[in-house]
Amino acid sequence: MSEASDAPFSTVEINNESRDEEDLFASAVQEVSLDPDVNGAQDSLDKATLGDITSSPAMINSPVMEEIATERANNIIITVTEPQKIGEGMSSYVAYRVITKTNMPIFSRHEFTVLRRFSDFLGLHEKLSEKYLRSGRIIPPAPEKSIVGTTKLKMTSTPSTESANGTTNSAGMQSQFVERRRAALERFLNRVAQHPVLCIDPDFREFLESDTELPKATSTSALSSAGMLRLFNKVGETVNKITYKMDESDPWFEERCARIESLESGLRRLCGACEALATERRELAARAHDAARAVAAAAAADPHAPLSRALSHLSDLHEKIEHLRNEQANTDFYVLTEHIKDYLGLIGAIKDVFHERVKVFQNWQHAQMQLTKRRENKAKAELANRPEKMEQAANEIIEWESKVERCQQEFDSISRVIKKELERWEELRLSELRATLLRYLHDHMQHEAQAIRYWDAFLPEARAIK
Amino acid sequence: MMDCVEESNHDPLSVPAVSTPSSGDIKPEKKKPNENVSLADNSLLVDISDALSEKEKVKFTVHTKTTLPEFQKAEFFVVRQHEEFVWLHDRYEENEEYAGYIIPPAPPRPDFDASREKLQRLGEGEGALTREEFLKMKEELEEEYLATFKKTVAMHEVFLQRLAAHPVFRSDAHLRVFLEYEQDLCAKPRGKMDLIGGLVRSMTTTTDEIYLGATVRDVNDFFEQETAFLQEYYSHLKEAVAKVDRMTSKHKDVADAHIKLSSCITQLATREQPSTERFLTRAAETFDKCRKIEGRMASDQDLKLADTLRYYMRDAHAAKAVLVRRLRCLAAYEAANRNLERARAKNKDVHAPMEVQEAERAQSDACARFEQLSARAREELLDFRVRRVAAFRKSLIDLAELEIKHARAQQELFRKSLQVLRECQ
Repeated sequence: MSEASDAPFSTVEINNESRDEEDLFASAVQEVSLDPDVNGAQDSLDKATLGDITSSPAMINSPVMEEIATERANNIIITVTEPQKIGEGMSSYVAYRVITKTNMPIFSRHEFTVLRRFSDFLGLHEKLSEKYLRSGRIIPPAPEKSIVGTTKLKMTSTPSTESANGTTNSAGMQSQFVERRRAALERFLNRVAQHPVLCIDPDFREFLESDTELPKATSTSALSSAGMLRLFNKVGETVNKITYKMDESDPWFEERCARIESLESGLRRLCGACEALATERRELAARAHDAARAVAAAAAADPHAPLSRALSHLSDLHEKIEHLRNEQANTDFYVLTEHIKDYLGLIGAIKDVFHERVKVFQNWQHAQMQLTKRRENKAKAELANRPEKMEQAANEIIEWESKVERCQQEFDSISRVIKKELERWEELRLSELRATLLRYLHDHMQHEAQAIRYWDAFLPEARAIK
Repeated sequence: MMDCVEESNHDPLSVPAVSTPSSGDIKPEKKKPNENVSLADNSLLVDISDALSEKEKVKFTVHTKTTLPEFQKAEFFVVRQHEEFVWLHDRYEENEEYAGYIIPPAPPRPDFDASREKLQRLGEGEGALTREEFLKMKEELEEEYLATFKKTVAMHEVFLQRLAAHPVFRSDAHLRVFLEYEQDLCAKPRGKMDLIGGLVRSMTTTTDEIYLGATVRDVNDFFEQETAFLQEYYSHLKEAVAKVDRMTSKHKDVADAHIKLSSCITQLATREQPSTERFLTRAAETFDKCRKIEGRMASDQDLKLADTLRYYMRDAHAAKAVLVRRLRCLAAYEAANRNLERARAKNKDVHAPMEVQEAERAQSDACARFEQLSARAREELLDFRVRRVAAFRKSLIDLAELEIKHARAQQELFRKSLQVLRECQ
């Protein structure tokens, strides 16, 4: 029975304490993976495939490179491990160990480790957004805040790392929650690190390198005043997004916008389908467990010894199958669903960037309008023959002309950056999607191999019934 | 909605092409309990050659081939409904001569409610699905429906075959009527009243069981153990059947969940560059194939595990009924004993009184009946154990082999598509 209740945990790699150096590196390579290597399913074949499907080779060959970027993609791998609860009650928080391995000269060392809490990650995202969103950069989205999840976590007394070996179901939910977040944070950092501009940002480097605690990013808290302010801003922007329709002059943007929209709706459906699959599979696991218990009871009541033995083996088998189904559900969820969610998040970031461009466009249009107005004023003044007004109007015209020019430049620049960013993303997303699907199929293939092993072991038991 | 499914299934047994490989196994599998009873003679062979599903009922065409002189012809067909099977079963159960035998359990009522309900839900949710998804769902449902249908037919067939192969049951007059009489038997489709009647009957059986169990002291260890065992065994099997059923139906849902996944990916693919489109289309195909295998896994589990458990649950119930009948007989025997004693006490002074003689005869009859019944029941129960073990062995082996087969197919599918997808650049 204990094996069955362990099932949800053994599939997630939270308990990293036992890891040594080599293990750390191995896990760093599998940045997207959450490999359930419980049954030693991790064989050499697996390793080979992993090398195949990590996105980095594709990145290196990517022809689209930024102006500031080095020749190669950033050679940096970030691992987030060991989520640990610090403190008790509502003021407690989970800290994550962020391990960076790199040979980029901009970093002072090749390998360094810091302890960061969730709000630090959000703070980092905030800072990056402030700095780069306006210029049209796609900022990888940080994982969402979940008040329910966090509160639950705060309320439990056991540190989550220990609860990974716990037996209750709620602890399982929590370790899943923490694990999901850990994996999401890791993906977030790696996405930033792979970005040629964001990677060398001083705030990002400080986040990775600085041994001191970062100043607490208060504005990220969902319930703070800054949070409320942000909410208002968001509402305002949404209204603006809905009401303001920009006359798109650039067919490229027009096409991209439409594509992103349709991609988003398609992905949302896909995401729903994946979640449904994972949920069904989890329920199936629970029902396999029930069936196992019922069969065990029947086995115990059976007077025929070999049959009784076979039935109790069948029961054990179903317990193992329950475990397997959970692993399959984890694959459905962690490999596929989470990736699609990330994907949706990135689309959100892209839409933000598009919106920034619209805002710049609006400014530009506004300046243009003002300029026309000033010109009209000047013409009126000329007609009325009032030289002092004429001079004022001329000055204003000059002022607005330069504003228009600035805005136009800004608009051109943001459009250019967005184009580059999107092309880079296009490249990246395809290789990621590919890697995800391959990884997914590969994992499921392993699960089936496991199922074959289970049933193979059962077959002689069935034959042994005399 | 349902009609169109039914129309396509008018003659499911003569459409072998539609069946999945697994559902093709139904018939031989279902004949299994028969194997142990069979006398290896062909004097009375029964099968269901055809079945027709109508709105509320299923009509089975029962085909008989015989060399027995009691029958008028050597080969004949009759159309029977489920209720007539139940009628036949009840006739056996009523007959005191068969009290010591395990009477083959009546086949379960044809139950397409699950499929109907699913179909209805599908109809309601039609808007949320794309046309392609809808068609796939429908196809899946139709397959499920067909499988249920075949299973129902097979279970009715097994019932008749067990009777026909039985050395005693085969010569029963009711069976002959059932097989031969061309008109409807007067077993009306169960109305509400009948249902209540059935309920009352089953309740009396249960109360009898409890009452007799409490009042009649059984001195025979064998039967005492057997009663305890069957009681427990039946409830465990019932529980196991319910759980395994729940598991297989969920497995079906898992399979169905692949439909949406696959269609979503296909949709995404249409917006992509040709190379990516190819990649995604292949992936979608994989998910679709994966669904089919998962579906087969579920139906084979249903067939091999759930149905075996179910059959022996019902058989255990029938065996329990034998024990109840035996207890009833024992009670009658004890009553005869008491009567005899009372008669003797009353007629102490009379020489060879009629009353005592009568009571003595009654007592010795009851004794003989009880002894005979006990001996028969003992044999039957022992046979039940053997039969059960053999059937479980076969089903479990089949189950394991099929599971391995499907898992292999699934693994192979993933392996192949991984290969294809890797090359797809």
